Amino acid sequence: MTTLTDPPKDSFRLSMLLYDTRYRSMTIQVIALLGFSAFVWWLIGNTAQNLSDLGKEPSFRFLGEPAGYDINQRLIEYNSQSSHFRAAMVGVLNTLVIAFLGCILATVLGVAIGVLRLSKNWIVARIMTVYVEMFRNVPVLLWIVLAMAILIETLPAPNAFRGDTPSASMILNSVAITNRGIFMPAPSFTTELVSSSVAWWLVIGVFVASVLGVRYVRKSATATQNATGVRPTTWYLQLGILFVPMAILLLVLGLQWTSPELKGFNFKGGLHLRNSLIALWLALSFYTAAFIAENVRSGIMAIAKGQSEAAGALGLRPNRIMSLVVLPQALRVIIPPLISQYLNLTKNSSLAIAVGYMDITGTLMGISLNQTGRELETLLLGMLIYLTISLIISTVMNVYNSRMQLSER
Amino acid sequence: MSDTHAKTVSFVRTEMLPEKAPPITSIGPIAWARENLFSGPINTIITLLSLAFIYLILSILLPWMFSNTWSATSLRECREMTGTDHGSACWGVIRERWEQILFGFYPQEERWRPILALVLLIVAIAPILFTAVPRKVLWLSAIYPFLMPWLLWGGTIWLPVMVALGFVIAYLIVRFGEDLIGSLGSMVGAVAAAVIWWLFLASPIANAFASVLPLALETVGSREFGGLLLSITIGVVAIGLSLPIGIVLALGRQSDLLIVKTICVGFIEFIRGVPLITLLFVASTLLNIFLPPGTSFDIILRVIIMVTLFSAAYMAEVIRGGLAALPKGQYEGGDSLGLNYWQAQRLIIMPQALKISIPGIVSTFIGLFKDTTLVSIIGLLDPIGLATAIRADSDWIGVLWELYGFIALLFFVICFGMSRYSMYLERKLKTSH
Repeated sequence: MTTLTDPPKDSFRLSMLLYDTRYRSMTIQVIALLGFSAFVWWLIGNTAQNLSDLGKEPSFRFLGEPAGYDINQRLIEYNSQSSHFRAAMVGVLNTLVIAFLGCILATVLGVAIGVLRLSKNWIVARIMTVYVEMFRNVPVLLWIVLAMAILIETLPAPNAFRGDTPSASMILNSVAITNRGIFMPAPSFTTELVSSSVAWWLVIGVFVASVLGVRYVRKSATATQNATGVRPTTWYLQLGILFVPMAILLLVLGLQWTSPELKGFNFKGGLHLRNSLIALWLALSFYTAAFIAENVRSGIMAIAKGQSEAAGALGLRPNRIMSLVVLPQALRVIIPPLISQYLNLTKNSSLAIAVGYMDITGTLMGISLNQTGRELETLLLGMLIYLTISLIISTVMNVYNSRMQLSER
Repeated sequence: MSDTHAKTVSFVRTEMLPEKAPPITSIGPIAWARENLFSGPINTIITLLSLAFIYLILSILLPWMFSNTWSATSLRECREMTGTDHGSACWGVIRERWEQILFGFYPQEERWRPILALVLLIVAIAPILFTAVPRKVLWLSAIYPFLMPWLLWGGTIWLPVMVALGFVIAYLIVRFGEDLIGSLGSMVGAVAAAVIWWLFLASPIANAFASVLPLALETVGSREFGGLLLSITIGVVAIGLSLPIGIVLALGRQSDLLIVKTICVGFIEFIRGVPLITLLFVASTLLNIFLPPGTSFDIILRVIIMVTLFSAAYMAEVIRGGLAALPKGQYEGGDSLGLNYWQAQRLIIMPQALKISIPGIVSTFIGLFKDTTLVSIIGLLDPIGLATAIRADSDWIGVLWELYGFIALLFFVICFGMSRYSMYLERKLKTSH
């Protein structure tokens, strides 16, 4: 049986590819695919032609060759005889370090400033507004370059620490802030039982285990509270779990601090935080904090006023209202833009090249590129690394986001 | 009633007293200060600390700022004039170099051209930004994209005229060809005619006209561009081009066509996953390798291409947010009126979606304009690149705050202005209550 709404069953005609909506989308897609393939084919053809004209053959063999340059800020063993691949790994780790440090400081600053911007105290709110507008509307590269210049030009030279009446002195006799960076005491282990890298892994392992233990104690306390209505006092237990195993471990390993000492023209020994790292870290954090502050502010303002009024009616004090009622709800609004700020900070860390901090842009896409002349391979690899990092950050944060979201039935 | 009352009570006032002014502590500045600054002990302490902080900043900043060193020609001279090492600013560097920071090495006698281009830019975008401006100015907006490159780079006027003529030809074919060969045929014909015109005819005809009637400005090479002029050129061109590309990408990402959608998503996510600086490296070292052998074009153009692609991806995401925020009824309403896809987009969807995404679009613009400073890393002399060069000059070694402060102020004024404009627009376009 046929009804009026049945489509007419005529045979397929060529013009239906254009004028029949059932087939037109297919036509468009095929044309788009053909056009795109032709474009890519054209690009690849040009690239192959140009590279063979230049006498280059695309290959990643250069990664195994010795790099031949030094990197002054590194987390893993590296010397000028190491391969370009090793140099790239040093760069990736440096990128991750600056991204990690930057995200932490930017979050702390951003949340504080965002909350203070809504403060009832007029003058505090105004100061924070000025901070946000000042940092948001000036390029981050300018902040980075300016921070570097300030560190170099206004801090005392190591020479100023010399002599009987030095014009600068070390803080607590162990930390020296100079125009070549900050020199701090470095921890090391005297034990003969295990090698130093194993010792470090032990310390990290015990720390993670303690944190997990504290979380378990808190969870069981909450369970007890839910069951009986009384929360057991556990703060001494938490403190004990956090500190006692760590103290015992450090005692066994024989922790000692080596203080930096002035030798020759510079400080020797201890931990040396270079200016490039500090300038980049501070500039990126302060800049991103201004954006995070705005996200926090709009997140807080998105929470209905009734929530804080109800909390006030229950007798909570203003700071408890903020931390117990408003912020946990605002977090749901804040996290998605926060993810993109973290991604921005990570991508902006590539500006390290402006102050000579050797991140992935400085090693692989900087010196390695110039030494091997392999623009295509290094840039492709560098972009892939950044893509991977971005993807990992957004995946992790999205998992966190979905756990924080309101679970509705 | 009132009589008896008057007899039983010894005294009753019979007329109303005038209202008394409220106590001084509950109105006016004192009340305001009590409410907002000194509402409790902690608040009072915070207020006093903040005031001390502001005083500290101002007590350093003001004496530093008001130092009469405008005539100095080197940092040494400044130090001699003021007698201190760090306590006061050295404004001589700004007086000597401000033109360079604004124009780079653009020839002195040709500087009226970028200024004219900027003035015309403001006039040309005025009718787009503010509805109060007469609509006739839109004609200037239409020819401005062809006028600006001619003013900035110079050369013969016939080339931009011929390029513009290509658009006119395409328009005429669409307008009058529709009756003859149908809407689709005229569309294809218009594109083909314009491409043929640009590739094969425009340049010889322009040369012919130029030899008959040479109307030309002196050519200024891209290497001579610099300073804020460079930032604004890259920023304005990339902003202008990225908006339409971003709209197309956003529509592609939202469409039902799987292949089109995949291509758009791949492009957007790739661009958003890598830092701009890597794309600028591509522009400076790699872009020529992707193009047919023998092509080589100027570094500013290459940078503009990469910056445009970069901001188009961000723009697409902002506009996609606007598209997603529209209620489904709007799309269905368009369908039920019998509009086809493009009509519905043009008349119903886009005006609303763009309105919703205005704050995001403007903040993308601000971000793009700030990101133009990254070109200093690949060796172009934007304000930051120039500042590095000036600080390397033996006369001005050690100049820090004056120079970077001046550049920061330039960027601040422009970016802050844009963000205020976005707020104004949001208020104006708000149709809800």
